[in-house]
Amino acid sequence: MRIDWKTYNPGAFYDELISSPGHPRKSGRILARYLSSLQSEDLQQRKTAAELAIKAMGISFTVYSEAGNIDREWPFDIIPRIITEKQWQKTSQGLEQRLRALNCFIDDIYNEQKILKDKIVPAQLIAESANFRKECLGMKPKHGVWAHVCGTDLIRDTNGQFYVLEDNLRVPSGVSYMLENRKVTKRVFPELFENYNILPITEYTSQLFDTLAAISPRQADYPEVVVLTPGIYNSAYFEHSFLAQRMGAELVEGGDLVVEDDCVYMRTINGLSRVDVIYRRIDDMFLDPEVFHPDSVLGVKGLMRAWLKGNVALANAPGAGVADDKVIYTYVPAMIKYYLAEEPLLENVPSYLCVDEKQCQYVLENLDKLVVKPANESGGYGMLMGPQASKKERDEFARRIRANPRNYMAQPLISLSTAPVLGERGAEPRHIDLRPFILQAKDTYVTPGGLTRVAMVKGSYVVNSSQGGGSKDTWIVSEEER
Amino acid sequence: MLSRVAERIYWLGRYLERTENTARLLTVYSNLLLDLPRGTRVGWHTLVEITGSLQDFNEKFKETDERSVNRFLLSDQSNPSSIISSLSYARENARTTREIIPTEAWEQINNLYLFTRDNMGKATARGPRHQLLQDIIAHCQQITGLLAGAMSHNSGYNFLRIARSLERADMSTRIVDVGSFTLLPGLARGVEFQEQSAKPFANMIWMNVLHSLSAYQMYRQHVLDRVNGEDVVTFILQDAQFPRAVMHCLLKLQSCLQHLPNNEASLAQVSSTLSYLHDADIPALLQGGLLEYIDELQVEIAAIHARIAETWFLPVVSGQHSA
Repeated sequence: MRIDWKTYNPGAFYDELISSPGHPRKSGRILARYLSSLQSEDLQQRKTAAELAIKAMGISFTVYSEAGNIDREWPFDIIPRIITEKQWQKTSQGLEQRLRALNCFIDDIYNEQKILKDKIVPAQLIAESANFRKECLGMKPKHGVWAHVCGTDLIRDTNGQFYVLEDNLRVPSGVSYMLENRKVTKRVFPELFENYNILPITEYTSQLFDTLAAISPRQADYPEVVVLTPGIYNSAYFEHSFLAQRMGAELVEGGDLVVEDDCVYMRTINGLSRVDVIYRRIDDMFLDPEVFHPDSVLGVKGLMRAWLKGNVALANAPGAGVADDKVIYTYVPAMIKYYLAEEPLLENVPSYLCVDEKQCQYVLENLDKLVVKPANESGGYGMLMGPQASKKERDEFARRIRANPRNYMAQPLISLSTAPVLGERGAEPRHIDLRPFILQAKDTYVTPGGLTRVAMVKGSYVVNSSQGGGSKDTWIVSEEER
Repeated sequence: MLSRVAERIYWLGRYLERTENTARLLTVYSNLLLDLPRGTRVGWHTLVEITGSLQDFNEKFKETDERSVNRFLLSDQSNPSSIISSLSYARENARTTREIIPTEAWEQINNLYLFTRDNMGKATARGPRHQLLQDIIAHCQQITGLLAGAMSHNSGYNFLRIARSLERADMSTRIVDVGSFTLLPGLARGVEFQEQSAKPFANMIWMNVLHSLSAYQMYRQHVLDRVNGEDVVTFILQDAQFPRAVMHCLLKLQSCLQHLPNNEASLAQVSSTLSYLHDADIPALLQGGLLEYIDELQVEIAAIHARIAETWFLPVVSGQHSA
C-alpha cells in the first residue's frame, strides 16, 4: 500500500485534494507530497496507530441492531481534509447568518407569527409541522434564542461550492468526534503540523460552556450547567459524557433530576441541589411526561413548567425543531431576507416541495433522478436515493408521498465532492460532507471546520456513522507559507 | 456528587473486586485439585457454590468438571457472575462515570476488558489459563493502585473503597462457608456427611482457603501453630489487620463512612455487624452452628449495602426501570 497520486482518479467529481491524476491542489501540496513519500509499512503503521489510539481512548458509538446495541469503535480515516481559510471565511459567515435568521424565525413563530401573516411562509406548514409545540407559544427565552447549538450539514458540488443540505436544530451530534479526530491526527502525523497553519478547534467546549452559562436564569457567579442524556444506550452517549467532562458539568439522566416548586434540582449525596441550565440531549417528546409522552422515563416530570416559568434554561429550547424540518428548510433564504434584510451568503440545495401540487407532480415523474427525504427524520433514515433504488422501492415511495405530501421534499442528486481515503491498495476517492457546529446565545461562534463524514463504500453517498460512514480530521489552513 | 454517579462508582468498585476475587479462586482451585486424589468430594462444584450461582450453572451444564466450571466462571457471558461479565459491568460503570474517574483508569479498565475478551477463548488448557488469570489479577491491582494514586480521595473515592471492602467481606464469608461446609462433621445441611472423603485432606483444604485469600503467608506470621480450622476461621473472620479478613474490611468501611454526609443509618448497621462479628465464639461455633452463623453474618453484610443504597443512591421509582 503506497500512495501514487498519478493513479488516483476522482473522475467527474470535485476532489478536495487532487484536481486531476497526479496534480494536488495548491493547499494540499505538502500533504500529498508527504503521503506519497511514506513507505508501505510506514503508512500501515500510522493506520494501526490511529486504530489503537481510538480503541485506547475509548472513542466509540452505539449501533442499534436487532441483535442488541453494539458499541463500536469510531471509524476514522487518517488522511486529513484541507479547506483553505479564505474559502472558509465566507462559509462561516453564512452559517452564522443562517442561525441568526432561524432563531428569529422560531421566536416569531411562537410569538407574533409575522412571517406567516406576511405570507412569506405558508401558515399551513406550521400547523401541520410535527415539530411545532403549541406548549411553547408566548415563551420568550433569553436573548430571543431558541436554537443555541446547531449542526448544519454542508456539501460541495462539482464546482467545489458549498451548499447547505440541512440544519440540525434539535440535538445535533458529532462535535466530540470532530475534537477527538484532531487529537488522533496529532498523534499519527505530528510532523505535518509543523508545515501547516491549522486553525485550532479545542476552544469549542469552553465556547459551549459560555453559551450555556449566558442563558442561565439566575445571576449566579457559577451557574449550575448540566448535560441531560438519555443514558448509556443512546448512540451519542460517548459525546454526552465527553462534553460534560470537558465543560466540568454534571452528566445527568432524567432520574437524577426532580422539579419542586417549579424549580429543577438534581439528587446528590448531600441532598437536592438547584440546576440553572440544562443542555439536553433528548428529544422534545421525551422531556416531560407531564406534557409530552406520558410514559417517557428519560425526562423529568414538571420540567416544562419550570422552563415556562423561566426558572431553568433549556438548550436547545423545546419547539426549536419547528425550523429543523426539511420543508421549512427551503424557506431559510427567504427568512434571511425577511428578518435580517441581508442576502444569503450560503446557498440551499435546490429543492422541490411535495406539498406544492406542481412540484409534487415533478417529483413523482422524476423519482429515478431525485433524492426524496421525509420532513422530520434524521440519521439518513427513511430516505429514497432515486437513482440507486429499485422500481419497487420507488413505487412504494410514490404511494407514501401521495398519502402525505407535506411530509416529503426532494432534491436532485448532488455530486458530492470526494477526498482520498487510505484503502487496501493505497488512496481511493470517497464522497464526503461536512458538519460545522454553530453556537448562539449573546454571541455567536462557528467551529473552524467541523466534522467531515465519509461514505466509506465506493460510490456511496451515505455518510451516516449508523450506516457505515467514516470520518476525517478537517483542517482550515491559512495559506501563508511557513 | 450525583447520587447516580456515587452508585455507579460503588458498583465499579464491587465488580472490579469481584473480578479479582474470582480470578484468585479459579487459580487456587486449579492448584488444590491437582493435589487431591481423584474422586474426592471437594470438587469443582464448590467453586460454583462460592459464587452462589449453582442453579444457573445446573441449567446450562450437565457435568461439573474443570472445563465447564472454568468456562462458566471465566468466559460465560450469560453468567452474571463470570469474570467477563463482572468486567463488562465494571467497564459499563466506568464508562458512565468517565467524567469523574481519572481518564487513565477508564483506559486501563477498558483495556483489561478487551484483553480478557480477546484472550479468554485460548484459556481452556491449564497453562494459558493460569497465565491469563495471573494477568487479570495483576491488572486489577494495577487499576486499584492507579485509582489510589490518581484520584482525589474525595466522596467518589470513598464509595469505591466502601464497595471494595464490602465485596471483600462478602467473599471472605463465602470462602469460610465453603471450607466449613466441606469439612465440618454433622453440619452439612441435609447433605451427605462428607467427613470421610475429605478429612484426610483437611489441612490442605484449610491451607487453600487461606491461599484463595492470599492469606497464607500473613497467617503463618500471625498464628504460630500449624494450620487448623479454628485458627483459620478466627483469622479470616476476626483479624483486624489482614486486609481480606472480614473484621478488617468492616473497620475500613466504617472509617470511609465517617467522611460521608448523612451516614448515621449506615454507621449504625456497621456497628451492629461489628459487634456480631466480635462476639462470635469460634471454637463453640465449630462444634455446631457455624454455617448458620455465617448465613446470619451475610444477612448483616447485605443490610449494610441496603442502608448505603437507601441513603445515597437514587430512589427506585416505581415504573422506572434501572438500566
